[in-house]
Amino acid sequence: MTDTANTTASVGTGTQPAIKATQVHKAFGSLHVLKGVDLTVMPGTVTVILGPSGSGKSTFLRLINQLETLTGGSIEVDGELIGFKHVTKNGQDVLQTLDDKEIAAQRSRLGMVFQRFNLFPHMTALENVMEAPVHVKHIGKKEARELGVAELERVGLGDRLDYYPSQLSGGQQQRVAIARALAMKPEIMLFDEPTSALDPELVGEVLNVMRSLAKEGMTMVCVTHEIGFAREVADQVVFMDGGVVVEKGGPDIIDHPTEPRFKDFLQHVL
Amino acid sequence: MAKKEVDGEGLDIPNRIKALPVKRPGPIVAAVIVALLAAMLIQGMITNPRLDWPTVWKYLFNENVLEGIRYTLELTVISMVVAIILSVILAIMRKSINPVLRGVSWFFIWFFRGTPVYTQLIFWGLFSVLIPKLSLGIPFTSVEFWSVDSSVVVTAFNAAWIGLALNEAAYLSEIVRAGLEAVDPGQTEAAQALGMSRTLIMRRIILPQAMRIIIPPTGNETIGMLKTTSLVTAVPFTLELQFATNAIANRIYKPIPLLLVACFWYLLITSILMVIQSRLEKHFGKGFDARAMGTRGKQPPLPGKTEGEPKDDVNKLNEAAFTGMTA
Repeated sequence: MTDTANTTASVGTGTQPAIKATQVHKAFGSLHVLKGVDLTVMPGTVTVILGPSGSGKSTFLRLINQLETLTGGSIEVDGELIGFKHVTKNGQDVLQTLDDKEIAAQRSRLGMVFQRFNLFPHMTALENVMEAPVHVKHIGKKEARELGVAELERVGLGDRLDYYPSQLSGGQQQRVAIARALAMKPEIMLFDEPTSALDPELVGEVLNVMRSLAKEGMTMVCVTHEIGFAREVADQVVFMDGGVVVEKGGPDIIDHPTEPRFKDFLQHVL
Repeated sequence: MAKKEVDGEGLDIPNRIKALPVKRPGPIVAAVIVALLAAMLIQGMITNPRLDWPTVWKYLFNENVLEGIRYTLELTVISMVVAIILSVILAIMRKSINPVLRGVSWFFIWFFRGTPVYTQLIFWGLFSVLIPKLSLGIPFTSVEFWSVDSSVVVTAFNAAWIGLALNEAAYLSEIVRAGLEAVDPGQTEAAQALGMSRTLIMRRIILPQAMRIIIPPTGNETIGMLKTTSLVTAVPFTLELQFATNAIANRIYKPIPLLLVACFWYLLITSILMVIQSRLEKHFGKGFDARAMGTRGKQPPLPGKTEGEPKDDVNKLNEAAFTGMTA
């Protein structure tokens, strides 16, 4: 598959996609993880990616946020190519890898929530949320503090400002992580199995926060095993297996899958 | 021994077990033996005339001894501070994506760890013989903007701390590297996802967490340095504590009491360093030991992982948060 020529500009299609992935390939050494993934995410919609472990869904999410580097294909966020830029060398159009600063600027549009929370353990909940606004966006401490308090209140943790992560339950830690990502005012939120590391009774509080975010119109891409959440909140459901998109469609495909592999997966999960 | 807390004190447990403890004669036997040995040692130390306690007292606060302590402390502090700064730079260089920086760091550590500190100190003492003049100019030409005699810059004292610091930096940088590598890679990813730059991540996220791992062995190294300063006679620098006490001993033909004087001061300084180390460990352990809340006033309770929402007075906690927060 060498179909990397992506000339379909989004002119005339009404709104521009928030994320547009075209024939995305990713290999780790000789391991071919993603084998030509196409996906379009429209602004204000929720996309849920389902799939067995090892299907490449987390890798795909990490590619969007440039925690991994693309091997082939292209990903655009708001119409802007991610990770590379076109330059002319010897009269030819070639790709140039972006430097750290340019990558950081592109990342600032995206918020990411991890399976293992990855809160900064040496900072309180509030300090975690204030960190990037103060040191990346350089907004004043006082303003950042108000922002941090507001974001933590938004996820229902206004009474846990001065708690260290080790003093919070898993569900609370994940909500702090969401607040921390939201404090950078991202246009798109990426969730990488946000409830997989949680005890079952704590999953609900995190899903509730995600639900209300979706209601507010946040563009979201969620890798998750929560089928119920997908059915209820998703605008688009994508089933990946073996590094390719096997089936995608509206949330109704969960109840009426057509591909046998998807059917099989759902039987095991439900 | 501290009073043992009884589980479930005050609770109504109808079938509470009151059993006799396991018989352990070990501690009592050990205590008797140790007490006996200690008594023998103390008796020996007091009565042995060769220890010559009056001479120890006479020279404990001797002017030269006190000056020796000052120089020993200065050498320890200066060389450790320089070594710590250098070691962090070396450790970060060692993990750099730039192969030249990695190579330089590797070579530095290889050289300074691979030769005896005593040899290095002699070398620094001979520096002004080897390179008589330090100058600033255009390399490989005779153009010179500024120059100075080496013997003015590399005095015995400067040679001493430079030698100690460079050697120490090589050891410390391996400790720092271990600390940096012990921080969960997820921390870097989370910080990257927030748009933080490489240097910012190192300064704000990785280093503070690595400190927790770096400090105990660094404390150890500092105490080691305190005593390694006695090697600067190789430079030769001759004003630190060990040399000062030795000089007096040679003058009055009484080596043992002056060794005791040196031991007393080294032990005292080591004890102070241990207190400082434990303070630092507490500071950088913040957030890892859930109970160490420092001076933040109210200590929130510790919710268990699955306990759900603890029922606290929300307003009270918020108030505490707003008044207690200083960062």
